[in-house]
Amino acid sequence: MSVLEPGVAAPEFTLKRGDGSDFTRADLGGAVTVLVFYPFAFSPVCTDQFNVYQEVLAELRDQGATLYGVSCDSPLAQTAFATQLGVSIEQLSDFEPKGAACDAFGVLHPGGFAQRALVVTDEDAVVRWSYQAPSPGDLPGANLLFDGVAAATGR
Amino acid sequence: MIVYGDYECPFCALTETRLVAAALRVCFRHFPVRSKHPRAWAAACAAEAAAMQDAFWPMHDALYADQGRLEDPHLWARARRLGLDLERFDADRRSDAVEDRVAADFRSGIRAGVATTPALVASGTVRMGVPDASVIAALVAGDG
Repeated sequence: MSVLEPGVAAPEFTLKRGDGSDFTRADLGGAVTVLVFYPFAFSPVCTDQFNVYQEVLAELRDQGATLYGVSCDSPLAQTAFATQLGVSIEQLSDFEPKGAACDAFGVLHPGGFAQRALVVTDEDAVVRWSYQAPSPGDLPGANLLFDGVAAATGR
Repeated sequence: MIVYGDYECPFCALTETRLVAAALRVCFRHFPVRSKHPRAWAAACAAEAAAMQDAFWPMHDALYADQGRLEDPHLWARARRLGLDLERFDADRRSDAVEDRVAADFRSGIRAGVATTPALVASGTVRMGVPDASVIAALVAGDG
């Protein structure tokens, strides 16, 4: 199993926001969205990844893209993680049924956590760009976010 | 070789000592990650402000030499010790020119695929993490 390829419509899924509300496929529509799938809140690589992505958040927003972090951690753990890092990237939880959304996007690791992967969808919720790290320990540079957003916006 | 570093990052300081010990010539670029190191940006600006008085490397060394002291009074103390014009240093480190310089370094790192510090760029390869003895030996041999 590997991450969804460009050109494929995003699957139906339900994730939980920090406030407990649902985030579904319908929330992808209307804007370019970057889903940052990551293995574990508080792990060293995920920490470095969100610290760096936070630095380019404003620039990506200027290009019309919204970033979300997605993992199988509970919303409470994700909120604590983002708060501790001082990161404002909204977190979405795939806690229950665990890994169902990750599975739908092709990024559920056999160990029961999200692969480290990036998925960019366009205004019509179609995947325009995707990337899966060679291993969960590899950190994708923020340059890839710009590549992905450029693929979705056509700029 | 280009080194992307952050003055508040302990791994960068360790890398610096290894590069210095190996007498490698480096081009230093700033990669301050603010959510991880809240004083990294200010420290980078301090180094660039010192550069405007021809004291980049002395300030660079002074910042790495004492990473526990990076608040404003500590930066002023370093500037004073290096014999800089303190008023000019303080104005420069808050100037748009210096901010832009640090931001340009950061952006160049992002474009090169730097995702964490330290990162060494040599022969077209970005290597993240503290270089071990074999990496240093390869860099010294010029085939890193």
